[in-house]
Amino acid sequence: MKAGNIFVFSMRALSGYPARTLLVLLAMAIGVASVMLLTSLGEGARRYVNREFTSLGTHILFVLPGRSETTGGPPPLLGQTPRDLTLEDALALTRNPSIAKVGPIVVGSAPVSWNGKDREVTILGTTADMFEIRQLAMGQGRFLPVQDPSIGTGVAVIGHKIKTEIFGNGSALGEWIRIQDRRFRVIGILAPKGQSIGLDMGDLVIIPVASAQSLFNTSALFRIMIEAKHRDDIQEAKEAVLKTIRERHDGEDDITVITQDAILSTFDRILTALTLTVAGIAAISLAVAGILIMNVMLISVSQRKSEIGLLKAVGATGSQVLRVFLTEAAILSMTGAILGLVLAYSGLGVILRLFPDFPVHIPAWSVLASVFTAQLTGILFGVLPARRAAALDPVQALSRR
Amino acid sequence: MIRLSHIHRIFKVGEEEVYALKDVSLELSSGDYISVMGPSGSGKSTLLNILGLLDRPTSGTYEFEKDDITSLSNQDQALVRRNRIGFVFQFFHLIPRLTAAENVELPLILAGMDPRERKPRVAEALDVLGLKDRAKHRPDQLSGGQRQRVAIARATIMRPSLILADEPTGNLDRHSGSDVVEILENLNRSGITLIIVTHDPALGERARRSIVMTDGSILADHRQGNPSP
Ligand SMILES: Nc1ncnc2c1ncn2[C@@H]1O[C@H](COP(=O)(O)OP(=O)(O)OP(=O)(O)O)[C@@H](O)[C@H]1O
Ligand SMILES: [Mg+2]
Repeated sequence: MKAGNIFVFSMRALSGYPARTLLVLLAMAIGVASVMLLTSLGEGARRYVNREFTSLGTHILFVLPGRSETTGGPPPLLGQTPRDLTLEDALALTRNPSIAKVGPIVVGSAPVSWNGKDREVTILGTTADMFEIRQLAMGQGRFLPVQDPSIGTGVAVIGHKIKTEIFGNGSALGEWIRIQDRRFRVIGILAPKGQSIGLDMGDLVIIPVASAQSLFNTSALFRIMIEAKHRDDIQEAKEAVLKTIRERHDGEDDITVITQDAILSTFDRILTALTLTVAGIAAISLAVAGILIMNVMLISVSQRKSEIGLLKAVGATGSQVLRVFLTEAAILSMTGAILGLVLAYSGLGVILRLFPDFPVHIPAWSVLASVFTAQLTGILFGVLPARRAAALDPVQALSRR
Repeated sequence: MIRLSHIHRIFKVGEEEVYALKDVSLELSSGDYISVMGPSGSGKSTLLNILGLLDRPTSGTYEFEKDDITSLSNQDQALVRRNRIGFVFQFFHLIPRLTAAENVELPLILAGMDPRERKPRVAEALDVLGLKDRAKHRPDQLSGGQRQRVAIARATIMRPSLILADEPTGNLDRHSGSDVVEILENLNRSGITLIIVTHDPALGERARRSIVMTDGSILADHRQGNPSP
């Protein structure tokens, strides 16, 4: 019996029971499609985070006050609170050769008013360096001027949302706004750039760091953002920061330096694990589809007993009967997998239409893995019914008892 | 030539042993026409199944055209069934989703024959049995007599030397029954050994040799003087 003939015979058997066949195909298709769609969502999340981070610039370090070491070392002594990061700390860092730019940050919230309109806004105090570090872009005017950071001047750069909310369609450049009880002149408006890691750059007001410190009456910095000269300098810059601050803080390591790479690779690890987990969960539905194939094939074998008996009576060997039923299982799982691919790609199309910004993408490995797993489960679960068919006693199978 | 020697067939039903065949010895010459009769449960079908290699005897030997085939593997027995034996059943056993032609074609497909050879052979077999215009019909679109003729076409398509028919007219009316018997007898005339199990005494008497069974043994075995009707 030739493979082609077995295939035709199996196809006729499957089309002879359309309802049952469609049910199995559906289960298989859903299994395959869910593996691919879920992995594509996980993969999309990973790419999304990746893209957001690299939009910041590629060799950034964050300096945070306080140690956040979770392993090793004795617990801090009682009463020892971490020293604040100060503007002088930040300025001391600029002298290091591996560091290109230093952006001290003070963050707070304050009412902003103009012409009777009043709104609570996030205020970011920083220096001219921040423009490059965060890779900002100006819509109108210019960014904070390069000047001695310890001098607080009354200038402000505002996000595009704030601009429309407070000034509407009118011009904002050169206008005097009031933040709390101080007056600032608007010198620039940021170009719309969207989210940038947690901060909505459209919805804030940027003022010189010294002005923000006096506004919020603090000498402490929220954090310092640093841009290393090169990607290769990141490690050196990190050590330089630790060393400089330790010297300034009486030998205490009371800061944390996080490199962007470290954050990125942590996210990457988490999201990859998430994707795999989700794929694993979806794979269970593939196994369920496999079990369904087994069930349906078992029913098929018992319903087609007399057919099997007849095949044997006209000279089919056990292995021929085995191949017929295995081929049926293989056709079911293969067709189901192809339907699943179609389903997944149409689902992807829908997602892309709904969320055009989200970089969903079905990874090649998930296509291969799910189709392969579908085949494997189909055939694996097809073996038992096929063997049962092959082992059927023809006399019993043909009798009407 | 077929020779059965001391064939026993014992079925185990729970603790009990059912003797379906008890020490049956039988010699059948090639081209003969034999009827097997006897009350229900006397072992007729069991005998036929053993002759057709669908069942294995508990003990005894079976020689088919000089070969001892008792101890052949399942695989080799399947080949003997495919090439040398044709079955005709009371309930036809056609595959319902396949057309008459496809049902007849089945043994050729199992034998791996080329489609170009298959088609004319199937067409010819259907033609001989008067089913030319029924080739594309499925079994449920055929009468009982037509179904049995399709089954006979399937049984003969591999040109076997032995045809085994277990109550081939049992499900047919008198008219189509005698049609079927005529077809089988014509095959026998062309040299095929024919064994028919039947409950119909009239049919039993048409055979050249009739065997009567009771309780798993051969009670009587005699030859008719004149086999023709
Ligand atoms: N698979 C089996 N298991 C147990 N007993 C069986 C089995 N097959 C046949 N028998 C028994 O063997 C005996 C012979 O059965 P067989 O089918 O050969 O009878 P038969 O002569 O063909 O009867 P009928 O004319 O009713 O078809 C019966 O007693 C039957 O119950
Ligand atoms: Mg019987």
